[in-house]
Amino acid sequence: MDLDPDDVFRDDEDDLENEFFQERESTKEFVVYLIDASPKMFSTTCPGEDQRDETHFHIVVSCIAQSLKTQIINRSYDEVAICFFNTREKKNLQDSNGVFVYNVAEREDLDRPTARFIKEFDQMEESFQKVIGSQYGIVSGSRENSLYNALWVAQGLLRKGSAKTADKRILLFTNEDDPFGSLNGAVKSDMTKTTLQRAKDAQDLGISIELLPLSRPDEEFNISLFYADLIGVEGDDLALVLPSAGQKLEDMKDQLRKRLFTKRIVRRISFIISNGLSIELNTYALIRPTVPGAITWLDSVTNCPLKTERSLICADTGALMREPPKRFQPYKNENIKFSTQELSEIKRVSNGHLRLLGFKPLSCLKDYHNLRPSTFVFPSDKEVIGSTRIFIALLRSMLRLKRFAVAFYGNPTHPQLVALVAQDEIVTAGGQIEPPGMHMIYLPYCDDIRNVEEHHSDANAVPRATDDQVKKAIALMKRIDLKDFSVCQFANPSLQRHYAVLQALALEEDEIPEINDETAPDEEGMARPGVVNAIEEFKLSVYGDSYDEENAHAGNGKVSEASKKRKAVAENAVKESANYDWADLADNGKLKDMTVAELKYYLTAHNLPVTGKKEALISRILTHMGK
Amino acid sequence: MARNREGLLLLLDVGPSMHGVLPQVEKLCSMLVQKKLIYGKNDEVGIVLFGTEDSDAGTKEDQVGLIAMRMSALGMKMENIVVRGSLIGNANQIIMDENDLLLDLFSKKSSVKTVYVESPTALLGAIKTRNISPVTIFRGDLEISPNMKIKVWVYKKTSEEKFPTLKKYSDKAPPTDKFATHEVKVDYEYKSVEDTSRVVPPEQRIKGYRYGPHVVPISSAEWEAVKFKPEKSVKLLGFTDASNILRHYYMKDVNVLIAEPGKPGAMIAVSALARAMKEMNKVAILRCVWRQGQQSVVVGVLTPNVSEKDNIPDSFFFNVLPFAEDVREFQFPSFSNFPISWQPNEQQQEAADNLVKMLDLAPSGKGETLQPEFTPNPVLERFFHHLELKSKHPDAPVPPLDETLKKITEPDVELLAEKKSIVDAFRRQFELKENPKLKKSTRRLLREKPSGSDERHGDDNVSDALAVNSIESKPDTKVEKIGDLTPIQDFEAMMSRRDSPDWVGKAIENMKKKIFNLVENSNKGDDYSKAVELFVALRKGCILEQEPKQFNEFLRRICKFCQEKNLSSFCDLLESKELSLVTKSDAIDSDVTDDEARSFFVKRELKYED
Repeated sequence: MDLDPDDVFRDDEDDLENEFFQERESTKEFVVYLIDASPKMFSTTCPGEDQRDETHFHIVVSCIAQSLKTQIINRSYDEVAICFFNTREKKNLQDSNGVFVYNVAEREDLDRPTARFIKEFDQMEESFQKVIGSQYGIVSGSRENSLYNALWVAQGLLRKGSAKTADKRILLFTNEDDPFGSLNGAVKSDMTKTTLQRAKDAQDLGISIELLPLSRPDEEFNISLFYADLIGVEGDDLALVLPSAGQKLEDMKDQLRKRLFTKRIVRRISFIISNGLSIELNTYALIRPTVPGAITWLDSVTNCPLKTERSLICADTGALMREPPKRFQPYKNENIKFSTQELSEIKRVSNGHLRLLGFKPLSCLKDYHNLRPSTFVFPSDKEVIGSTRIFIALLRSMLRLKRFAVAFYGNPTHPQLVALVAQDEIVTAGGQIEPPGMHMIYLPYCDDIRNVEEHHSDANAVPRATDDQVKKAIALMKRIDLKDFSVCQFANPSLQRHYAVLQALALEEDEIPEINDETAPDEEGMARPGVVNAIEEFKLSVYGDSYDEENAHAGNGKVSEASKKRKAVAENAVKESANYDWADLADNGKLKDMTVAELKYYLTAHNLPVTGKKEALISRILTHMGK
Repeated sequence: MARNREGLLLLLDVGPSMHGVLPQVEKLCSMLVQKKLIYGKNDEVGIVLFGTEDSDAGTKEDQVGLIAMRMSALGMKMENIVVRGSLIGNANQIIMDENDLLLDLFSKKSSVKTVYVESPTALLGAIKTRNISPVTIFRGDLEISPNMKIKVWVYKKTSEEKFPTLKKYSDKAPPTDKFATHEVKVDYEYKSVEDTSRVVPPEQRIKGYRYGPHVVPISSAEWEAVKFKPEKSVKLLGFTDASNILRHYYMKDVNVLIAEPGKPGAMIAVSALARAMKEMNKVAILRCVWRQGQQSVVVGVLTPNVSEKDNIPDSFFFNVLPFAEDVREFQFPSFSNFPISWQPNEQQQEAADNLVKMLDLAPSGKGETLQPEFTPNPVLERFFHHLELKSKHPDAPVPPLDETLKKITEPDVELLAEKKSIVDAFRRQFELKENPKLKKSTRRLLREKPSGSDERHGDDNVSDALAVNSIESKPDTKVEKIGDLTPIQDFEAMMSRRDSPDWVGKAIENMKKKIFNLVENSNKGDDYSKAVELFVALRKGCILEQEPKQFNEFLRRICKFCQEKNLSSFCDLLESKELSLVTKSDAIDSDVTDDEARSFFVKRELKYED
């Protein structure tokens, strides 16, 4: 059995430095959310936030709504369809019973999500019973098979595009582990068979079917009754699919959300352990800064998108340069020229692979040995059988001996020395917290490390805390202890703000929802008497009574020269700027006759940036004046 | 800016015991001077050579003391690089100890830094060849609470030294023009996507952000009004166990937080917190906005940097941690769920233990090799080397990677030789083989690219021949028919089978059937693109194997069939891809002329109109 379902999602990225942080958009994803809408989805509840019970149906719908809002910003080229089954009404191209494809106007059934789609889907639940309705689709005595129909409709939706350029997925949400349980005998076996065949046909077309089962609090979803065959997992893999029973709602939601994202291999590399022994690894970007989506420039008059054309012009002759130019570096009063090939050859100091150099104790890896986010590596036996076994053996040894591997990663454009740090799997009730594998940490070279501390060294000994002061600090630390702190528990407030603004503008909402800055310190907690006392004691032991004196802002003459100068320039600018009638100059188009220095008076006086060419300065002044 | 100018004096010991490492010393010095030529043209450099053969160091303690005092009075700094270990053959231990004593005296009395290096590679990285004066990125309060603030300065501790950005060169100016700058200006024009003849001036542009298929325009003024605007501040959120922060969550280059100079209270506060954190194995979590007007906040972890030297203050390192949005929580299988055949057995585990233990880069008693602090960037070293060569001979080829630098990119040969038995034992324990189920053409992993320095035009020639050299057994895959999954690969595999002459014929027949089926059973042209792909492969294969007739007959048959069944859109597709008959110039056995091939589809159209 193929344990590596990721091959189709492979992309050969990570080569260019500037693309390091970005994901490529060329592999699109087509997803059909297939949601069981049977009465059982409405009648089963889980205790949710505020002790209120929430139905399985609600959990699923809100997870999907949430993921659509993320997706429209992060991966807006992906296309989605939402399809309910076990419904009273039907709406689908095949005209199959019990299947309802949800959509809004001006949108194909499988299409990129739009603002309207998200907005209406968000409110869909209220009118669901009236418009779509819930009804068991598989009952004894009728030959209807709503699950079969649903798969058929989903496959139909995924007809578009080739499997080469798009990843096609069906995500099936249900809490019914035995869909044909109510049937008997030949009818049951027949329906089971045809449904499994339908699923297999879809899989043969390159569509992956993933099950997202919901368990009832008292009874675990038994995947081996039916669905194991449908999604094609067996044996040990079952444990991966299965959520444990009795999970809290938050965990369940969390897990569903996690699994809505596909895993993408960034690169496949070979790890050379010694000459003649190299194993196969896949690398994954598990941690990368998320940035607001790319800017599209528009013409402010027509709102039409613009494209940027870059042209290279010879500074000496003004001629347009067609061929990619050579590069040069001034050196010893000469211009030394390099061709692009030469430059890339200089960078190629190794052969693109990861090469083991040796091992060191973990204490050699300092906190400042870091430059970029790490990359996760996981073994694969897809091409080289035996890789995983070697990897596991090394990983266990490294964990046990508390050592990390030093290796050279010969990435053609950015070769670097790396540390491979072993990570054991960490699992909690909510699922896998840390996957087992190694993290590749990019090490700095000596050229990248600065010895700042030495700049602050003194010929004499510097002040040092006494044991008593350290004790007071320990007491303080114990008071302000974040026991359950986990990395990445905060949402990025500026990003959330950005999304909220965008969403509000796109959905034409009147108000921009306030976002909660989770990164702000816990003021209430800090104000508790125990904490306040500990801080006061520490303060007293360190500063004595000189705290106010040392922290006083003004008056100690320490304002730096630069800031004094800056202040003087600003004051002068305000004075000078007052000598001109700017409105008049602007109206008569006389700004262009002024000198750059004069223009900067206005800008400095109004606290505007003074960078750029003269035209930029003028346009900035005009914008500021509202002309 | 006179303040940043540096006067540098290199004192080189050229006594006999140093002769072994003089080539590296020379390299280090020339690197230093080369970088000065680029980054610090106004700096001044001098070199003094001295031999220690008969210097009588023991009686000079007083002199050293005096010199040290004078040096610190003049604000001079000194860096000593002491070469150690196996590099120096029969050095006199007593003299070495005496020298150490003197150097130690220096470092007590003035700003002197002494480093010991044990390998030529470390020697190349032992001093900063480029002097960057540190600039604070933040000066202000570290807020423990609203009632307690510690004055700190924040600097970069690591920052990547990038490959130099070379300017673009223009050779358009006539060679006689002595004042030519040879520079290239980059010009940007903004054109409407719909009407490319219309150029929009830069100030008429407005930023738009994608929201699904729509773009939402937002002017900078509008954005200014609604965007997130945090106040400049560095605030403590709390302390937590160091084990809560896994090392791989560090996101960026690293900062150092240091108490503001001249503030004894702040220095003690930092010192107390750092030492308390170290003792209790705790770290602090901070929320930082370094500059006023910055649009984002960072949350990060503060770890103690307790100084071992009396004259260097305690400080903290700061690493940025990810936000919830930055982490992709992919699930991976547990190793315990893998089949037994993937799990190492006891002997294998032992061999791995030995390898991890013995292939040691930091053996106790000896220095740590490849310490980042002493490891130069091989790419930059190579660039400056090439630059120097080119300044003498403009056509000088890219030099091979220096032997000393190869110790960074490749395992140390001596270490491997020393630990050969362990490495061999490890290799004996494990067996690797290529997955026989994979098609040859999909194998990409094991193709080794030649490392640039040796083979200059390797890039395009890397073919399957080079593919598998790290693997002993390579079972040939025997493809016998064309499957559904990878038809093209199957076809190619069959065509290249040499164990019987029949395979070519079989492959072509098989492929024809496959294409025919696709075209015939395609529902509204769904599978046409796939069929065309197969067509391309078939055509290529027929040319390669000199079977033009097979292809031409098939093409004619398909076209006829399409006309009869009203499936002409498939033929249109073939035409648009220029998949016409195989001509005589393609394959010598063909009886089709180029003209005939060109008019093949045209004729078809005429017939169609009839």
